[in-house]
Amino acid sequence: MRKIYNKIESIAGNVITVKAEGVKYGELAQVSSAHGKSLAEVIRLLDDEVSLQVFSGSRGISTKDEVRFLGHPMKVSFSDNLMGRIFTGGGKPRDNGPELMENLIEIGGPSVNPAKRIIPRNMIRTGIPMIDVFNSLVESQKLPIFSVSGEPYNELLARIAMQAEVDLIILGGIGLKYDDYLGFRETLEAGGALSRTIFFVHTAADPIVESLMVPDISLAVAERFALKGKRVLVLLSDMTNFADALKEIAITMEQVPSNRGYPGDLYSQLASRYEKAVDFEGAGSITLLAVTTMPGDDVTHPVPDNTGYITEGQFYLRNGRIEPFGSLSRLKQLVNKDTREDHRALMDGMIKLYALYKEALEKKSMGFRMSQWDTKLLKYGELFESRLMDLDVNISLEEALDQGWDILSDCLLPEETGLRTDLINKFWPKNKAKALGAEV
Amino acid sequence: MSSRSIGKVVGVNGNMVTCESEDKVLMNEVGYIVTGDKRLKAEVIRIRGNRSELQVFEMTRGIGIGDEVEFTQELLAVELGPGLIGQIFDGLQNPLPQVAEKCGFFLERGVYLPSLPKELRFEFTPLLKPGDMVERGDTIGTVPEGIFTHQIMVPFNLFGKFKIKSIKSKAEYSIRDTICELENEKGNIIPISMVFEWPVKRPIDVYQEKLKPTEPLATKVRIVDTLFPVALGGTYCVPGPFGAGKTVLQQITSRYAEVDIVIIAACGERAGEVVETLREFPELIDPRTGKTLMERTIIICNTSSMPVAAREASVYTAVTLAEYYRQMGLNILLLADSTSRWAQAMREMSGRLEEIPGEEAFPAYLESVIASFYERAGIVRFKDGRKGSVTIGGTVSPAGGNFEEPVTQATLKVVGAFHGLSRERSDARRFPAIHPLESWSKYAGAVAPDKVAYVSSVLFRGNEVDQMMKVVGEEGTSIDDYIIFLKSEFFDAVYLQQNAFDPVDASTTIIRQRFIFDWIIWILLGEFNLQEKNKAREYFNNLRQLFLDWNGCEWESDEFKSFESKIKQSLESNLTESFKSIQEAAGKRFKDQGRG
Ligand SMILES: Nc1ncnc2c1ncn2[C@@H]1O[C@H](COP(=O)(O)OP(=O)(O)OP(=O)(O)O)[C@@H](O)[C@H]1O
Ligand SMILES: [Mg+2]
Repeated sequence: MRKIYNKIESIAGNVITVKAEGVKYGELAQVSSAHGKSLAEVIRLLDDEVSLQVFSGSRGISTKDEVRFLGHPMKVSFSDNLMGRIFTGGGKPRDNGPELMENLIEIGGPSVNPAKRIIPRNMIRTGIPMIDVFNSLVESQKLPIFSVSGEPYNELLARIAMQAEVDLIILGGIGLKYDDYLGFRETLEAGGALSRTIFFVHTAADPIVESLMVPDISLAVAERFALKGKRVLVLLSDMTNFADALKEIAITMEQVPSNRGYPGDLYSQLASRYEKAVDFEGAGSITLLAVTTMPGDDVTHPVPDNTGYITEGQFYLRNGRIEPFGSLSRLKQLVNKDTREDHRALMDGMIKLYALYKEALEKKSMGFRMSQWDTKLLKYGELFESRLMDLDVNISLEEALDQGWDILSDCLLPEETGLRTDLINKFWPKNKAKALGAEV
Repeated sequence: MSSRSIGKVVGVNGNMVTCESEDKVLMNEVGYIVTGDKRLKAEVIRIRGNRSELQVFEMTRGIGIGDEVEFTQELLAVELGPGLIGQIFDGLQNPLPQVAEKCGFFLERGVYLPSLPKELRFEFTPLLKPGDMVERGDTIGTVPEGIFTHQIMVPFNLFGKFKIKSIKSKAEYSIRDTICELENEKGNIIPISMVFEWPVKRPIDVYQEKLKPTEPLATKVRIVDTLFPVALGGTYCVPGPFGAGKTVLQQITSRYAEVDIVIIAACGERAGEVVETLREFPELIDPRTGKTLMERTIIICNTSSMPVAAREASVYTAVTLAEYYRQMGLNILLLADSTSRWAQAMREMSGRLEEIPGEEAFPAYLESVIASFYERAGIVRFKDGRKGSVTIGGTVSPAGGNFEEPVTQATLKVVGAFHGLSRERSDARRFPAIHPLESWSKYAGAVAPDKVAYVSSVLFRGNEVDQMMKVVGEEGTSIDDYIIFLKSEFFDAVYLQQNAFDPVDASTTIIRQRFIFDWIIWILLGEFNLQEKNKAREYFNNLRQLFLDWNGCEWESDEFKSFESKIKQSLESNLTESFKSIQEAAGKRFKDQGRG
C-alpha cells in the first residue's frame, strides 16, 4: 500500500521536498495540484526527506498539494503500436490516439556489456559526398551535428533519415520548435516513412523537466526494437537543450558547477545516453544522430566539448555545408577499407590539399601575390566546394570518388597530390595523364 | 572472521549512499548495500561520527532508506595470480566475458564473479624445498602462463620471515589449492595458494631500489621514439582535444610497443574503442613472440556509461596488476585512456561530499592524487638483481582542448614526457598530431641526440619562415629561407607523420628509424641546385612522394632497396655537391652514431 502525502516541505526551482517513508531512489510520484497532475522523480533521499523533480515544473504547486508515490521508476509502453505515433516528452499521446499502457518497460536501463559488442561494419550510405567519402556514417554510430541556430540541421537530419536504409526511425525532440517538428513530419510523410517512425516530442513550449526524459524514453524504446532485430535510427534534436535542463536541476540542487554552470557529471550524463548506440550481435542496432547547437558558435562550450569527447565523431554544419575541418567520423576506417581501394587515400589527400587551399586563400585575402602553386590550389578549392561540398550534391560514393579524381586532375599534376603512385597509375583519368616524376 | 559490521542506509544522492552504523567502520573498506535481492558493492569514502558515506559501484536506483549495509572490513582489492593475462575485466576486476555468459547483452547490477575461478589449473614447479627461509615477494615456484613463466610468490602482505613447512611437488593444481605451507616465527602455519589479494590503492613495494628510467621504450611511433622518447619505467601523457588522435595513438602503441605486457585501462571512454582491441588482438600475431597480441595484454574496461565510481577504481586496478607482473622481472606498459575521466569521477564524488571545490570544481587534492598515481610507475631492482618496470602513459582530455586546465597542469608537473596533440595538426590530417615544437621529453631516445637537435632546429627555423611568410608572403621570402621551409615540411610529412592504418608504416623499428633519420639528415644538410621557388617546391614534392612510397615498403625488401636507389639518384642529380661528400660531412658533424 503506497502512502499519500499532503504536505510539501519546500519548493525550489522545479524540485519539491516532502517527508516520507519507504521511498526508493529513482521512484516516481504523482503530484496533484490545482493545475492538474504531474509526474515527479525522486532525485535525493536524506533521512525522511525526499527531493523530487517535478516534470511539469513547480509553477502553481502549493505546500498542501498531494504527493502519491507510485512504487516504480519511470516506464514507457513498448509494442508495435508505437509505430506512427506521436508522444510528448513524458510519453503521453500528442496525436489524439489512445494512451498506451501495455508492456511497460523501465527507461535508463543498464549499459551493454562491452564484451558483447561487435565491431561496427555496415556503412550507411547517405548520398552526401562529405559524409560518404570523407566521413562515412556507420551503422550503430553515435554522431552529433554541431551547428548554430539558423542552419538547416533539422533538414539535414531528416534527409539522412530518409536516405538511410533503416527499419525504424525514432525522433526525440528536446525543446524542438513546433515548426521544426512539423517540418520533420512533412519530410517523413512525403517519403512515406511516417508509419515506421515514432515521435517523442518535447517542444520549446513544454515544461523543461519533461525534456530530461526524451533521450531515455527514445533510447529505451529503440533498444527493445533493436533487440527484436530492427535497425533503428534515433534522431535527437537538440541535445544542448537537454544539457541546459540538467544544468537547471543541478543549480536548484545546489551542486557545485564545474564549467559555466554545468554540473560536473555532464560528461557521464551525456555518455550514458550516447553509449546506447549499439549493434547487437544476432539482432538489430541503434544508430544515433543528435543535433548539438553550439552557444556562441563556440565548440569549446561545455556542451559540444563534452559531446565531442563522447561521440564517434561529429559533422560540422556551417553556412549550409558540412565542413571538412572538424567534421569527423571515427568509425570510417572500419568501413572505407572495403569500399574502393582509392577511398582512404583520396579522402586524406583531398583534405590535405583543401587545407593548403585555405592557406592560399588566406594569403590571397592579405593581398599577397599568388604563386603558380597557389593559383592551382585556389582552383582546386573552388572545384572541391562546388562539386563535392555543396549539400545539393546527391551522388553515390563511387561517383563521388570519380569526381574527386576529376577535380584533382583538373587542377594538379599527379605528383602534387601526395597520393601513392600505384593509385595514381590506376585511377588518374587517362586523358589527363602526365608522366610521374619526370624531373626527379 | 570477527562479527561483521552492519549499518542502515539513511541517504541516497546519485551514486553516494549515506549509512548509519553503531559498529566499527574502516576508511576505504568495502561494504555491500543490500537492496531487494541484490548486493551492491560500495567503498567507504568518508566517516563522520556514526555516519559514513559510501560510493556505490553500481546504479543506485531502487535503494531505499533503511536498506541494510554489510561492511567487510577489507579494503578494495584485486586478486593476483596466474591467469590474468588475456582477460577483460571491468574496473573492479569482474571478468566481462564471463559476466556476459551469465547475464547476456547487458551488465547486471550486483553480479560479481571471481577474476580467477578455481577451475583454472596450472602446472606448478617448485623452486624451493621445505626448510628454506622466505619473505614476502620471494618466488617459491613457477607456472607457465602463456608465453611467460609466471612466478608464484610469497604474498606481499605477509610480513616477516617464514620457513617453508611443506611445498607441493611438480604437478597440476587448481589455483586455489594450497601449494605451500609457511611457518612464521611463532610457529603458526600459513597455507598459500597461487592467488592472493592486494589493495588497489596501495603501491606494491616489494623491491630493493627504484632506479632512474634510462632505457628507451620503443613505441615504433617515429615522432615519439626519435623526438619525444619514453623510457622503460617512465611516465608520459598525451593531452589533446577530442578527435586529435589520443586513442589511436594508444591503440598503435599497445600493438607495437616493445614491452612484455600491455595493460589497457579504458577509463570512462567509448565502449566501441575497447571492442576494437578485444576483437582484433586475439587475431593479431605479435611478431616478437609468434603468439597473438592478446597473450600479452590485459584489458581493464570501465567505459563511459558504466558506473562512475568503478571508473575511479579502474586505474588503480590496472596499475596494481602492472606492479604484480613487474615483480616477475617483466616490463609492463600501462596505457590509461583517459585520466581526465578518472579525475572527473573524483570530482563527482567530491561534489556529492560537498567538499570545498578547487579550480573547475575539481577537488583540492587532485594534484596529489595524480602525482601519486604516476609515482607508481618506475623501474625497480629486486634483491636478486633482476629488474622490472612499469611505464605509464595516460591520455588527458582537457575541457575545450585548452591545456591550461587542472588535470593537464597537474599531470605535466609529474610526467617525464609530454606528447601534446594539436587541433591544428589533426584538422590538417597530420597524424599522429603530436605537436613537434611544443612537446617535450626528459628521457634519452634511441636516435643520437645531436642529430635530433639538428633536425629540430631545422623544424624550428622552418616554422619561423612559415610564420614570416604569412606576413610578407612568398615573394618576400628568400629562396634560401623558402628551402628551409620546404625541408622542414618535408621532414614533417615523411617522418613525423605516420599512417596508423598502413600495415607497414604503422610501426617503424628503431633500426629503421635510425636509418631513415640519416637520410633525412643528409637531405636537410644538403644544398640543392634550386634557384626558383616553384622548382624547389616541385622538387621537394617529388622527393616527398618517393619517401612516402618508401615508408610503405617492407624493411630491406627489394622494393625498399629500389626506392633507396631512386632517392639516391634524385639527390645526386640535384645537390650542388656530391652525395658522398654530404654523407661525409654528416659523419664528421655528428659524433654520436646512435646508441645500442
Ligand atoms: N595516427 C593516425 N592516423 C590516421 N588517422 C588518425 C590517426 N590518429 C587519429 N586519426 C583519426 O582521428 C580520429 C580520432 O582519433 P582518436 O579517436 O584517437 O581521438 P581522441 O583524441 O582519442 O579523441 P577523444 O578525446 O574524443 O577520445 C580517428 O578516428 C582517425 O580517423
Ligand atoms: Mg579517445
